[in-house]
Amino acid sequence: MSNQVPLLELKNIKKDFFGNQVLEDINLTLDEGEVLGLVGENGAGKSTLMKILFGMTDIRDTGGYGGDVLLNGQKVLFNSPFDALAAGIGMVHQEFSLIPGFTATENILLNREPQRKSVASEVFGERLNTLNRKEMSTQSSEAIAKMGVHIESDMEINDMPVGHKQFTEIARELSKAQLKLLILDEPTAVLTEQEAEALLDSIRGMSKRGIAVIFITHRLQEILNVCNKVAVMRDGVLVKDVPAAETNISEITRWMVGRSVADTAQDRREPPETETIMSIQRLWVDMPGETVRDVNLEVRRGEILGIGGLAGQGKLGIPNGVMGLYPAGGKVIFEGKEIPLNQPRACLDSRLAFVSEDRRGVGLLLDESLEWNIVFPAMQIHDKFLKPRLGGLVKWRDEKAIREVTARYIDDLKIKCTSSKQKAKELSGGNQQKVCLAKAFALEPNFLFVSEPTRGIDVGAKALVLKALEKFNRESGITIVMISSELEELRQICDRIAIVSGGRIAGILPASRSSEAFGELMVSSVV
Amino acid sequence: MNNKNKTASGKLLNLLGNNAVPIMFIIIIAFCIPISGFSSLFLLNEIMTRLSRNTFLILSLLIPIMAGMGLNFGMTLGAMAAEIALIFTSDWQIWGIPGIVLAMIMSIPISAVLGLVCGKILNAAKGREMITSYIISFFMNGVYQLVVLYMMGSIIPIVHNNIKLPRGYGVRASVDLTRIRKALDNVLSVNIGGVNIPVLTLLIIAAMCLVIVWFRRTKLGQDMRAVGQDMEVARAAGIDVEGTRIISIVISTVLAGIGMVIYLQNMGDMATYSSHSQIGMFCIAALLVGGASVDKASIGNVFLGVILFHTMFILAPSAGAKITGNEVVGEYFRVFVSYGVITVALVMYETKKRRAKAGMGAQLAAAQQEGDKR
Repeated sequence: MSNQVPLLELKNIKKDFFGNQVLEDINLTLDEGEVLGLVGENGAGKSTLMKILFGMTDIRDTGGYGGDVLLNGQKVLFNSPFDALAAGIGMVHQEFSLIPGFTATENILLNREPQRKSVASEVFGERLNTLNRKEMSTQSSEAIAKMGVHIESDMEINDMPVGHKQFTEIARELSKAQLKLLILDEPTAVLTEQEAEALLDSIRGMSKRGIAVIFITHRLQEILNVCNKVAVMRDGVLVKDVPAAETNISEITRWMVGRSVADTAQDRREPPETETIMSIQRLWVDMPGETVRDVNLEVRRGEILGIGGLAGQGKLGIPNGVMGLYPAGGKVIFEGKEIPLNQPRACLDSRLAFVSEDRRGVGLLLDESLEWNIVFPAMQIHDKFLKPRLGGLVKWRDEKAIREVTARYIDDLKIKCTSSKQKAKELSGGNQQKVCLAKAFALEPNFLFVSEPTRGIDVGAKALVLKALEKFNRESGITIVMISSELEELRQICDRIAIVSGGRIAGILPASRSSEAFGELMVSSVV
Repeated sequence: MNNKNKTASGKLLNLLGNNAVPIMFIIIIAFCIPISGFSSLFLLNEIMTRLSRNTFLILSLLIPIMAGMGLNFGMTLGAMAAEIALIFTSDWQIWGIPGIVLAMIMSIPISAVLGLVCGKILNAAKGREMITSYIISFFMNGVYQLVVLYMMGSIIPIVHNNIKLPRGYGVRASVDLTRIRKALDNVLSVNIGGVNIPVLTLLIIAAMCLVIVWFRRTKLGQDMRAVGQDMEVARAAGIDVEGTRIISIVISTVLAGIGMVIYLQNMGDMATYSSHSQIGMFCIAALLVGGASVDKASIGNVFLGVILFHTMFILAPSAGAKITGNEVVGEYFRVFVSYGVITVALVMYETKKRRAKAGMGAQLAAAQQEGDKR
């Protein structure tokens, strides 16, 4: 094999999004029938790389990429996924790309149905050909047989368990005769253990037939089981590319998360050994893409608890479920009292506050002034900043108090704005985030959920926001639960960190533990 | 997955819930028949007339629904095209079957152009096709009035004075179609036990049903179903989403044009400025009464809908008169009912979607409980 031209060769692939380098000098080769496991944390650049390979239009729209993609030794440039398909590259995406009311067969052969000519089609053109149902079912059965996993070819997608939907997508790619390289983007994420096992078998089968596979997953054991080689990406760089037989899980984990980060854990205090302030019992949350299953969690008074984990594993579902923004079930006890779920107002009345990850949607009144944004919830919920008139019959806004408190927060949090009357939508992302925090602080809560407080803001603002949270906690003793996808920032300010994996709490460790320990928890039961 | 082994009573409830509108209508009709005092022969004759008159028009709604464009008022445009065609054939004094066939043929290009325009606009308003097409029908009504009221007789030659307004241009509010009245219905018509059956019209309707069944099995039909269910997936598979949607609207307006000619030949009289304006509403209401929803409609829904909705139409004034002594109440009732049906059906559609969403949470809770047992 070694003398042959490799099936796929990536040479010095580079990509930046408006100056923000996301891929740097990626070099990778893949032979016929080889299975490559591609791993990396969220944001490591896996998806971008696959998008380049599959000719997705958003790559071209953002200025293309640098370097060359060679297929069978020939340089190729795909303008759209259709070019990539024609060249023999197939991709199974994380989100299902299936027509819900169609059968498996109809989906497998979507827009490639075998047809029969009729009188009408002679007159009005090919689209009035009738479908050759018999040939369709033969072809789809062949594709399903190739896959080696049995699914009902005439079952509607609607009625299928999730795993079978995934298999339908794979069968669709396999039904394309020209297929040489198949990209599987986290295909086992939605599968049960047996289904995942079956999928691995079918990958082995494809490999025997000469189809190369790029297999992206967070389940490292699967990679070791099925792949010929492993490529590890971190921060846009391909850090390792080794034969799977020569490595093990803990080594891969280290490459994935490993940065030299001993310095971040400075002057850490001991996690407070106080009593429980909030006890979450058997919580489930139906938040699309962030499903939470059976979570039990005890939060101690006065601590900063971090919740981390990979994207889509359910860490965001926890605060959104407790605060009543998404349908949830289970029990939440706060300061000895049970808080009813699915009622945001009840949570706020119990002096809980939430800084949402959806800054522009849930967090801010974009068209209103800073003053309004900061005091609005406090006014609504706790009747603050209001002056009773006519013996309490009407309540007047206390403009002076509002201005004072806004000025204080602008000062404290260093919000850059022209005046306290400026509209929230005119501020930069980092300053908007500070307004969101000020809003939560103004509620004077006993307990604060902060979700992805540093997402999409620059380094300087990040440090300020983290400082502000830490200060709020230390000075007023407010319990904070902070959810973030960035492990390092959790390790900076949290006392303990809970890692969510597969919708469940995989473990809680003191923040002083090594990144590897957290990394292992992150991938422990990924769904 | 315990929602799969539902109990029998659950299934029955589901069946009732899914067919609430037709069931409600059957109950009201069963209640009204004895009160109205109509003989069954009279009722059967009336229903047969309405069936042959309206079915073809309602069939034209099916294809846009299949393409995911909802209950579409685009058909109103086809109805206008048919009226323009009939004005010309009447002026040229081509009567009987030749007149009807010519009117149908002439309506096709007009309908197609209007459908093309409508389709293009609806592509710019995806997800809001129903309300957009409704407004387009108002807008086109203005264009129609401009053509018929001002241009006909002045720019477009109209010869006969019984069609022209006395002022010399514009078309009279009513065009007399007596000489093509029932020209189609009377061919091959038979009388069975006192019920007059317009065999040819019914054959045309049957043929149309077969065409629709066949159409669903064509590549184009398959593409439309795919586009209707998920535009993004269809696009990713290489289907021309926009083009397919436009074709579905054009087919709908063309069929509506032909259907409108059938409708008007049965009436034998055309209200130039109002015939088309209510036809969309009544057709959609009838289809919904037949148990269709915004995203799902079958040929069965069409027939059941025509029978139930129009039986109600026949019964309501008379039943209203008998109960309250005032015929206006019955008249009021049937208008009230047709708008009410549309509203109820739309609300039920949204509720059903929301309930399906809430079901996800229930599944999660159930999975958790199942985990306990293990």
